[in-house]
Amino acid sequence: MDNINSLEAKFQQRIDDEEKIEARDWMPEAYRKTLVRQISQHAHSEIVGMLPEGNWITRAPSLKRKLALLAKIQDEAGHGLYLYSAAETLGTSRDEMLDQLHTGKAKYSSIFNYPTLTWADIGAIGWLVDGAAIMNQVALCRTSYGPYARAMVRICKEESFHQRQGYDILLTMCKSSDVQKAMVQDAVNRWWWPSLMMFGPNDSESPHSAQSLLWKIKRLSNDELRQRFVDMTVPQAEILGIRLPDDKLVYNAGRGHYDFGDIDWEEFWQVVGGNGPCNKQRLQARVRAHEEGAWVREAAMTYAEKIRSKKETSAA
Amino acid sequence: MKDWPLFEIFIRSKNGLNHKHVGSLHAADAYMAIQNARDVYTRRNEGVSIWVVESKYITASNPDESEALFDPAADKVYRHPTFYELPDELKHM
Repeated sequence: MDNINSLEAKFQQRIDDEEKIEARDWMPEAYRKTLVRQISQHAHSEIVGMLPEGNWITRAPSLKRKLALLAKIQDEAGHGLYLYSAAETLGTSRDEMLDQLHTGKAKYSSIFNYPTLTWADIGAIGWLVDGAAIMNQVALCRTSYGPYARAMVRICKEESFHQRQGYDILLTMCKSSDVQKAMVQDAVNRWWWPSLMMFGPNDSESPHSAQSLLWKIKRLSNDELRQRFVDMTVPQAEILGIRLPDDKLVYNAGRGHYDFGDIDWEEFWQVVGGNGPCNKQRLQARVRAHEEGAWVREAAMTYAEKIRSKKETSAA
Repeated sequence: MKDWPLFEIFIRSKNGLNHKHVGSLHAADAYMAIQNARDVYTRRNEGVSIWVVESKYITASNPDESEALFDPAADKVYRHPTFYELPDELKHM
């Protein structure tokens, strides 16, 4: 017991000294578990996040938009992969993580359970959803676990184009006609609140946050990140000439921040619990893709083995 | 079905520089690992050359032996040029 305590004290000291923890270093089991859960959830979110956008690839309004959207979705597949790999360094396997996603045991960001009804939704996702994700991810570049931090750095480098392509879509639509601007307003009305929910429950309702902050897995609390996001986004909405759907949204000179209205946490927990508009559809699409791809994975392995045995025969 | 093995990926960002570890991925064989690495790690001109090696072939030093391995270097200041005090008028050394 003393031994464990001294190991944990040493570990915390390394964290306090801003040392990064690497895959083979000793770490408390709860640290490992928290990381596996957080990183794999993050990876699942990248993968499931491709689905609402994939809906619009064939209907993008121009070749330029289509190419940009394809590139963005391809990035997301890559980001999922960086994150799965980072989680695997902690001793979990890809199959295990996919299995947890497919059986509904593991969660992904509940924002992806909302539908993409119009092309303006693709713009709103890039601006708000990717904007919120970036806010979170920039902070995670300094997370204490080395492989996770390195994955985050890579992701952040690539992600900034995602937000710009979204904003560019909205800017073009807002300048183009009243009808298109109304589409943008409608999309923002639907995506604003779910985007604020992406940062998770209020700090007072988030029991694991304190430990995660102490271990520097998280570097900023949910509420701090949410506030930063609101402060950053309000002026961007003004440039678009779009109203953010919150009557209580007002600059508070005393705090130096924007005040905003109460989040509907009942809706958040409903969606997390599987009752969002698209939960079933998203999971079904993932499971189907995995099952229908099984023969490809198997064929590739069989082919690789055939080539290997041919080489061995010719060498003998 | 057998799982696709894990490969470690190393990228040379431009000629004249070392290949550097960038991450890992699963592939059926080394050739597919190179193709996947090209898609995953060089989408924005990050590389001119790729090495892949199956993770199981990498032998890593044990973090518990870090002190024994690396601490002895700490007290050998005479391995650094700044250890030697030489006259100011001495040039080009």
